[in-house]
Amino acid sequence: MPELNLTSAPAHLRHGSNIGQPLTRRDGVLKVTGRATYAADNHPPGMLFAVMAVASIARGHVISLDVAAAKRHPGVVDVMTPDHKPALAIDPDIKTNPFVFRMEVLQSNEVRYANQPIAVVIAETLEAATEGAALLAPRYETLPPLVGLDAGESFVPPVVGVGNPAAHHHGDVEAGLASAEKQIDAVYETRPQYHNAMEPHAIVAHWDGDTLSIDTPSQAMVMARARVAELFGLAPEKIHIRSPFLGGGFGSKGFLTGPQILGLMAAKLVGRPVKLVLRREQMYGPVGHRAPTRQRLRIGANGEGRLTALDHHARTVSSTFDDFYEPAADASHTLYAAPAIRTTHDAVRVNTGTPLFMRAPGEATGSIALESAIDEMAWACSMDPLAFRLRNYAEVEPITGKPFSSKALRACYEQGAARFGWAKRPLPPRQMRDGAGLLVGWGMGTATFPALMFQAEARAVIRRDGSGAMEIGAHDMGQGAWTALAQIAADELGLDIDRVEFKAGSSDLPDAGIAGGSAHTATAGAAIHSAGAAVIAKLADLATNDERSPLFGAGNAGVVARDGKLFRRDDESRGESYAEILARAGISEVEARGTGAPNPAALEEFAMHAHGAVFAEVKVDPELGQVRVTRMVGAFAAGRIVNPRMVQSQLFGGMIWGLSFALHEEAITDRRTGRIMNANLGEYHIPVNADVPPLDVITVEEHDPHVNALGIKGVGEIGITGSAGAVANAVWHATGVRVRRFPIRIEELLTQR
Amino acid sequence: MKPFDYVRPGTVAEAIAAAAQPGAVYLAAGTNLLDLMKGGVSRPNRLVDVTHLDGLDRIERLADGSLRVGALVSNADLAHDSEFARSYPAVAEALLSGASAQLRNAATVGGNLLQRTRCTYFYDTASRCNKREAGRGCNARDGENRSHAVLGWSESCIATHPSDFCVPLVALDAVVEIEGRTGRREIALDELHRLPGNTPERDTALEPDDLIIALRLPPAARSFAAHARYLKVRERTSYAFAVVSAAAALRIENGKIAEARLALGGVAAKPWRARAAEDVLRSVAPTADAFRDAAWRALADAKPSGDNAYKIELARRILVRALTLAAAGTPARLPALPASPFASTSGAVHA
Repeated sequence: MPELNLTSAPAHLRHGSNIGQPLTRRDGVLKVTGRATYAADNHPPGMLFAVMAVASIARGHVISLDVAAAKRHPGVVDVMTPDHKPALAIDPDIKTNPFVFRMEVLQSNEVRYANQPIAVVIAETLEAATEGAALLAPRYETLPPLVGLDAGESFVPPVVGVGNPAAHHHGDVEAGLASAEKQIDAVYETRPQYHNAMEPHAIVAHWDGDTLSIDTPSQAMVMARARVAELFGLAPEKIHIRSPFLGGGFGSKGFLTGPQILGLMAAKLVGRPVKLVLRREQMYGPVGHRAPTRQRLRIGANGEGRLTALDHHARTVSSTFDDFYEPAADASHTLYAAPAIRTTHDAVRVNTGTPLFMRAPGEATGSIALESAIDEMAWACSMDPLAFRLRNYAEVEPITGKPFSSKALRACYEQGAARFGWAKRPLPPRQMRDGAGLLVGWGMGTATFPALMFQAEARAVIRRDGSGAMEIGAHDMGQGAWTALAQIAADELGLDIDRVEFKAGSSDLPDAGIAGGSAHTATAGAAIHSAGAAVIAKLADLATNDERSPLFGAGNAGVVARDGKLFRRDDESRGESYAEILARAGISEVEARGTGAPNPAALEEFAMHAHGAVFAEVKVDPELGQVRVTRMVGAFAAGRIVNPRMVQSQLFGGMIWGLSFALHEEAITDRRTGRIMNANLGEYHIPVNADVPPLDVITVEEHDPHVNALGIKGVGEIGITGSAGAVANAVWHATGVRVRRFPIRIEELLTQR
Repeated sequence: MKPFDYVRPGTVAEAIAAAAQPGAVYLAAGTNLLDLMKGGVSRPNRLVDVTHLDGLDRIERLADGSLRVGALVSNADLAHDSEFARSYPAVAEALLSGASAQLRNAATVGGNLLQRTRCTYFYDTASRCNKREAGRGCNARDGENRSHAVLGWSESCIATHPSDFCVPLVALDAVVEIEGRTGRREIALDELHRLPGNTPERDTALEPDDLIIALRLPPAARSFAAHARYLKVRERTSYAFAVVSAAAALRIENGKIAEARLALGGVAAKPWRARAAEDVLRSVAPTADAFRDAAWRALADAKPSGDNAYKIELARRILVRALTLAAAGTPARLPALPASPFASTSGAVHA
């Protein structure tokens, strides 16, 4: 594995500090020239290829596999089955912590969902392994699968999302509804979605005695290392995971999945390095997905258009063998100032792989239903949807009564509406047409996502040549961690970014925590901030305690670091370079560690969320029902913006996903077999360039002194929320047809002409 | 992947000889076949690569005014041939509305005619499919079938033919030139694709070693150039098969329709020529009423094969729109979004 070399990137022009500058991706040249090494690009000497055979039934048992036929195929080295596999150190079904999800690693011949791995063929070539897997010709004993939101008896899960209670009550919802002058009672459905990262899950595993070298995309390397350690009975330091680049993760690479463990087992079985890469259709099962939901919203409002109650119930599904519940109804906790709010969940178990975190889990599904219902209520109150939202603006977090650490949503509404031209929107639907006679509609939605922080550590170094290093096992999923975190490092070290060696993407570096929850820049950034401050403090100690230094006697607090030098804060004519300080002290480098973590006191006191407002224009063919989004404006307030270019891209990506949620994306499951019928990118429709209109992103200035030292809230997921509802509401405004099943399909718009 | 022989004949005669053995299939660009092989849907013993055969990559005007297109001409080259696009604008528009730019650069005219259905049960080897395996049954019939056929289907098979290209071609009476064991012959494109009946495993009238050599558009095909459109409704703006599509071509003389050509895509196992609807339009003025009458006639025999009744109404509306657009006149340039309802700023019906 070659070291990441960023020196081929063009030098950056910088004005003032690094944070806040729209630097281009520092790894961009590597990526566009094909030199960025993704997991599957690794080919250690002697490597074999592993291919999974997966179940074509959703429930039952494998009763036979023609292992002999597979082994006879030229090039096949071995076939791993429940009867022939290396032993694991612990039962993989034991949940050793809340972030362990059950996986199929050939524990038994039971089939719990379609596309579940049932064997692994290991061969000298990919082609031989692929044919070997086909020759296994499994025979099954098939049981009727559980499919869909009404598959069986429903139950209330103990928790939803990550440890959230399944139900929340605030105020008297029934009284609020009873007193309302206007009521909405509507049911919305969202369909299953699959992450479909461009890079499929892949692993290259190389055992050398009891040490294990792993190339695999990961959003949480240190957590993954701990899981491998417990499964294989290894000390964590014997395991080295490299994940310098991910071709997208979206939550599906947050936890090691069954197929990745199977790659490790296969390599152990054959005693040679092994590569295992999922085929696209194999991504529809063992690596997580977004569960379907059916959400009922009951909303009451008084004659002035003020909410009297908000009741949000979400039905979802989990697998038959593990628990993850899409916390869709929780989307109603934070946005609108209803005096009474109730959110509840229930679920049924179905024969799928366990649903998992997928970009804005709960927020995305909940948002499209909530924003649709709010839009319906605004119309019922004969109010403009923006005016209705402002009438119900939450000055404190509705469900808790806590003040917000910061909330520039009003500015988002104002700036987004102004840029979009919202003021010209006619109130009733089906009022606007373009020159070609197409129906035109305008819709909006409010975006929100919590400002989270996890735990991370970083190590900072200042060297005698005046350069610096920052080490942190951070994850670049394409969001730009190589760039944004290096910008933070440069500022904290007081160095030009090109004088900082920024190391990331490897499990032997300090733990950067999880790249999820839109919290990676905030969490890793806080650790970098604290490590940088600590190493500068050490350097300052060297100088201020040395009477030969012009900084002698300045004291730590009286020194600032900038451009590779320390200056007296009160007299910037007195300064000294890092190189001079270290040379005189006769040491080659100083180093320090720092951590980033949430502040419990602030969490207790404040509600912390990013916010935004999304406005969409759609055109709809009045006879043919074809919809096209023609314009979107999103205004987002997410605290401090480290790199406006990367942030804009993240928000673009989120808004496009929102568009996809409203109009395109859906896994189609055969109701009889539980098989996914469109498990490929030809038929699982995500937007293509021609579906994506001009997007306009405004980042609204917001200073948050409470969320973390740098004031960062995160932008990875918020773009989906609000956007999906804005598109759906625009379709209603264009057509007068309220579709409550997403994605909206052509047939639903043919009902009227 | 299953091992297979790969042969690359130099002449048509060698190709036909090489394809004579059981389990042999012709390979052109492979944009469909290779996917089928990767998915285990098609498991040939031998690929006969015809892409190096001489003389099959030409677009020629024949003395009688017809146009002959070699089977190896790529979709992109054909669509971007300015003389072709001027003479047969609906065909060019259909070509450019299909697949993606990369696929169109690779895909060939001959291969396009022979692409298989996109019925997901055909692709899913764990499902029963009479087209993939004769007599096994059809899981689509009671399955997820909102995109399936509403015309010409049978209890054995409700799959549709996915081609855009074939829809205006069948409307324009295209002819297919075939070389086979018994020599050269030709058949109307309308006779090439079969309705399923009890033998859905046979997509076409071709014998196993028949090779499509060329496609011919007869002299009359160009007489519709001034009033010809292809219109396609799909679930995203590009890189999606038609939910329903239509080709409409009119020859208008003295304010009346002298001759109309109509065909539908995405509704049946073959590109669906709507001859009865054409008759409705003969010698009448191109009015909205006439177009509606024709559309109703075209779908008179339609019936849903599943959750797809909407496709019948959608097909009627697309026919009316395609006729309206064709009557308004072929645009001087191909639209930036070919065949899309969003392509045009003229001719749309104001409600």
